[in-house]
Amino acid sequence: MAIIKLREMKLNQEGIIREIEGKGDLTRKIRDMGIVPGTEITVIGRAPLKDPVALRLKGFTLTLRNKEADFITVETEEKK
Amino acid sequence: MTITAALAGNPNAGKTTMFNSMTGAKQRVGNYPGVTVEKREGTVTVNDNPMNIVDLPGTYSLTAYSPEELVARDFLIKERPHIVMNVLDATSLERNLYLAVQLMELGIPTILALNMMDAVKKQGKEIDRKKLSELLNVPVIETIARSGKGKKELLNEAYNYAKEKDGAWEPLHISYGSDLDEAIDEMTEFIVESGLLKNQCPARWVAIKFLEEDEQIIDLAMENGVGNKLTEISDKVSKHCYDTFKTYPEALIADYRYGYIASVVKQGVIKSNTPENRIEFSDKIDKVLTHRFAGPVLMLAILYSMFYLTFSLGEIPMGWLESFFEWFAVTIGNILPDGLVKSLIVDGIIGGVGGVLGFVPLIIVMFSMITFLEDSGYMARMAYMLDRVMRTFGLHGSSVMPFIVSGGIPGGCAVPGVMAARTLRSEKEKLATILTAPFMSCGAKVPVVILLAAAFFDNSAIVMFWTTLGGWVAAFIVARILRSTIIRGEATPFVMELPPYRMPTLLGVFIHTWERAWQYIKKAGTVILAISVIIWAAMTFPGLPQDDIKSFEDQRVTLKLSYQGKILDEKILEINNLENQAALRYSIAGKIGSSFEPLTKLAGFDWRTNIALLGGFAAKEVIVSSLGTSYAIGEVDAEESSGLSMKLKNDPSWNKFTAIALLIFVLLYAPCFVTVVVMAKEASWKWALFSIVFNTTFAFTISASVYQIGTKFLM
Repeated sequence: MAIIKLREMKLNQEGIIREIEGKGDLTRKIRDMGIVPGTEITVIGRAPLKDPVALRLKGFTLTLRNKEADFITVETEEKK
Repeated sequence: MTITAALAGNPNAGKTTMFNSMTGAKQRVGNYPGVTVEKREGTVTVNDNPMNIVDLPGTYSLTAYSPEELVARDFLIKERPHIVMNVLDATSLERNLYLAVQLMELGIPTILALNMMDAVKKQGKEIDRKKLSELLNVPVIETIARSGKGKKELLNEAYNYAKEKDGAWEPLHISYGSDLDEAIDEMTEFIVESGLLKNQCPARWVAIKFLEEDEQIIDLAMENGVGNKLTEISDKVSKHCYDTFKTYPEALIADYRYGYIASVVKQGVIKSNTPENRIEFSDKIDKVLTHRFAGPVLMLAILYSMFYLTFSLGEIPMGWLESFFEWFAVTIGNILPDGLVKSLIVDGIIGGVGGVLGFVPLIIVMFSMITFLEDSGYMARMAYMLDRVMRTFGLHGSSVMPFIVSGGIPGGCAVPGVMAARTLRSEKEKLATILTAPFMSCGAKVPVVILLAAAFFDNSAIVMFWTTLGGWVAAFIVARILRSTIIRGEATPFVMELPPYRMPTLLGVFIHTWERAWQYIKKAGTVILAISVIIWAAMTFPGLPQDDIKSFEDQRVTLKLSYQGKILDEKILEINNLENQAALRYSIAGKIGSSFEPLTKLAGFDWRTNIALLGGFAAKEVIVSSLGTSYAIGEVDAEESSGLSMKLKNDPSWNKFTAIALLIFVLLYAPCFVTVVVMAKEASWKWALFSIVFNTTFAFTISASVYQIGTKFLM
């Protein structure tokens, strides 16, 4: 088990959302889209310039920028 | 009784498809008061009774986060529709239920439409509709909006349920944990006492919104006077949350809401027959279409072919329309006697409005393609791939489409380009996109490039290439400047769904395209008609003084005595052209052009160029033809301008740098007035006028610098 930032996740890596820091418009939007603690996510792609990142959760695909991913902490299985 | 039903749902859940399927083409489109969010309504007949359906904007939540959400919420609270039909994408049920639960917390009679049930089956899943209905205590209907399946049941059930509820709101209570629940109860009491939003929404809902730091609700509470008391409670619980959990009430509320949904869904609502996570069709396509290397290449290919198709397909009906208006102008011209009335009708009205209506086929073809790309899900992928680049300049991934359409590939048009910016959901980025898209090399600027390239440069293709690139560079630089100054502000978060690829419905593409075209046609008949007349008047009045007319007439008489046949015709034509030139110089537009000459000389433009540029504000196509008139060589066809280019080449007041300065100016100065009108509609008149002043100043500064440096140091 490892606790890392969403930004550090690798392609096809799975994880469980642990924490979303901060408040206000940005994190509210992230939560509204279903990123809340306990949600299982998988990184399914990155844009050609490595940013934004595409996630699979709750049966749909969500994209967000690395800058936004920095607010999110994920628990993953160690996978090097 | 006429029942009013609101259609609510997440973007991409199939809500609009359902609405189209219910109402067909009989839709009324307007705006919600004070915002640019579209309001669609339609009437259907259910059980022999009319039912009014309002299509709310697609939202993920009911906060005051975006104009769409605010509009949807205000409509529900203020208009109190009898029923809400909530369309859910059943393939991502949990996330879609987030909005549904908020509707239920508000208490408004709600009926759920589990849409895309065909896709759910394909994924090997089953949804127990009865169970879901039982657990949530609302009717649930299965639908497939694309084929219209379940539509009748949905409407019938909505009708019956609305009758049954008869306007009674029954809010759902969700527990938000003991700390928050206690605070909510306490706040609810104060809210009931104060009468805040009484008879509009449940007091408990107001309390929850207050804890969620909903600006609109907080403002209302402050006005009412109960705000301070509520703030006190909310601050206390907020501090407690932070001290114990390092979190905020708004975060806890979202967590508990999703927790509630998970608890419902887990009670056997979803059954999966194929447990393994199989790769879906969409993911397979994405492996190629958003691939690191193949993705961008394919995107360029798709954009280019779309563009090529639009202009080669659009050109044909555009030609028909042009010929029609030409024929119409000639026919009317033959009926009317010579004089001002004829000139007004033929040159002013038919010329002006006809020129504008000529764009209609282009808009139709262009928008059917854009709608196709958008509805298929590819547009979201383009935004995803390009966001990193666009963000550097303060724009958004979705800004690329408006740029391309406006002439990012030469030959576009800023009118549909600015309209295409509507797909941007973030206000600041959208404004920056609208303001910079007109810098692109639209089709009407191309003849000017060809004319000047032929006169002063060896290779026209290279000139065209640099002009196109110049448009992009200018758009990016100006966007960056605007976003760091007057449209400053944090980048709007890019939290976007990538919907699965889907085949767009023909009806959806048709309705969307037709709406855009019709809006445009309506404008042509009103604002554009008025401006055409003004521009015509400026180039016509006051007309040459009697003495001058007589002097030209005398010259013609003299010629008729000394020449005959072909030579006579040529000499007469020469005099006519000189007379037109003199009349143009004497007109209001001519005088304005001359009065600006001392200033525009800095960029090498004389009064003749100035008139052409003024005319170019009507439509950039006019630039070449007015240069023709002001250089007294008669009618010049924008496509066939070799005579004019020879004339310019041999004119001592022109050199290479005059040409470069003019090219830059034409590329960057005020958008044509059709674009300005569209900008006013999409943003506001304030920003539309800003673009005229700003772009012209910006263009002139660069042109003048280039001309001055070029002529002083490089010649």
